[in-house]
Amino acid sequence: MLEDVNFTIQRGDSLCVIGPNGGGKSTLVKLILGLIDPTRGSLTILGQSPQKAQRKMGYVPQAMRFDAQFPISALDIVLMGRLDRLTVGPFSRKCREAALAALEEVGMVDLAKRPFSDLSGGERQRVMIARALACEPELLILDEPTANIDLSIEAHLIETLVKLREKLTILMVTHDLDLVSSIGNSVLCVNHRVHRHSLPISGETIKEIYSSRRRIDHDRRSRHIEGDHSACDHD
Amino acid sequence: MTDFLEAVQTVPLIRYVLFAGIVSSLTFGVVGSLVVTRQIAYIAAAIAHSILGGIGASVYFSRIYERGYGTELVWLTPMFGAMVAGMLSVALIGWVTLRFKEREDTIIGAIWAFGMATGLLFLHYSPGKAVSLESFIFGNILLTSRSDVIATLILGAVVLILVGLFYHKLVAVCFDEEFARLRGVSSKAYYFLLLGLTAISVVLMVRLAGIILAQALIILPAATASRFSRKLWVIMFIAIAITMVCNTGGLAFSYELDVPTGPFIVLIAVAIYTICLFVKRRRS
Repeated sequence: MLEDVNFTIQRGDSLCVIGPNGGGKSTLVKLILGLIDPTRGSLTILGQSPQKAQRKMGYVPQAMRFDAQFPISALDIVLMGRLDRLTVGPFSRKCREAALAALEEVGMVDLAKRPFSDLSGGERQRVMIARALACEPELLILDEPTANIDLSIEAHLIETLVKLREKLTILMVTHDLDLVSSIGNSVLCVNHRVHRHSLPISGETIKEIYSSRRRIDHDRRSRHIEGDHSACDHD
Repeated sequence: MTDFLEAVQTVPLIRYVLFAGIVSSLTFGVVGSLVVTRQIAYIAAAIAHSILGGIGASVYFSRIYERGYGTELVWLTPMFGAMVAGMLSVALIGWVTLRFKEREDTIIGAIWAFGMATGLLFLHYSPGKAVSLESFIFGNILLTSRSDVIATLILGAVVLILVGLFYHKLVAVCFDEEFARLRGVSSKAYYFLLLGLTAISVVLMVRLAGIILAQALIILPAATASRFSRKLWVIMFIAIAITMVCNTGGLAFSYELDVPTGPFIVLIAVAIYTICLFVKRRRS
């Protein structure tokens, strides 16, 4: 799926991962999260193996994956971010406070008791971000946070993420170029191989990345390997 | 109805059955809500059917032993066989659903049929007087003994304690297995735990409702309850209450009218479910 991947995220970076569907974005995220192992090579996340670093990562999966009718409240979902601190029985008061603080941070504390099924798409997404924040992560990983969300709500979400950018390292998969320009400070283009671009990226490059029918892309890639970088805006 | 109330006071068997019904309502309400929420009703049904294999084997081997040695093996009861078969099929079904996601339904169907087929054969070849297959498939309260009630009590307590201790982890694994794993929760272990709890609950209900009716009874009250609340623990309590009504009502009716208990229990469950469907639609 992916080959020749070699990149580093600096602490405090906001890295946006873009690229065509089927290009390996999700695979890359799963590798970083330690959900799958690379067939060759290795990853170091926060100085550790991905599995060991799992506790320090907060993950926001794609929203459409969830059963909207699941009988659970926003607060109970956010509390899942504290599961690693729970052995048996109910959550401690400290965990509940941390979960409420995380909801506060995304502006959802008033809706803490609401059932998941009553929330709008944007609200659900913010609950998922709060759940990741409840993990007290150093690295926040988001998989297409604005997919299937209204434009008006998206502005709200971007605002939340801009705030979070100040104190967290963010890695975000997205197709949303608005999001890239407001959050990202560099861009990772994933299409079986991985290329890093610094921002701002030119319209040309974006077109390159997204109009990439395989052949064009392959052409660009081979030019890359040969050292011709005219098609991309490298750092 | 006075006949039934009188019987509860005077006939020990009726008391046992009533008590076993109430205890298994607790486990059914709790586990059934998890099963419905996780949408694994068909897996619960497969586990329920496959325990017939264990029931058949236990009858067969205890009869063979009795014939050979002249004494009875006290521990080798149908309930014990059902429990062993339940655990085996949990191990098998759990492994299959985790390993072969895409062929899951086929393989589960095969386990389901295999359990029933072996059960039927064992019962057929059991020496001695013919065994009534019906009593295992549709339930027969007349077979309930004091030791059954004690076993129900112990296992019911085990199920409730386990759910109580691991409630949040079970719910998390049902909601988002991947995220739970990232938080250090062994998703597979809790999935097996959920299947195991389902198997125990079904086995406890077999006396009362039989395997086929028990699998309906694990789903219907929880499905009814989930129309009235968006909180899992509330759904559990409503489901417990509904199951108690079904069990007690079914027992009372069947005693008064002298008809089999299991079908009556399930008919009440279906009636409540149907009425609630109607009520909810009227409201919205």
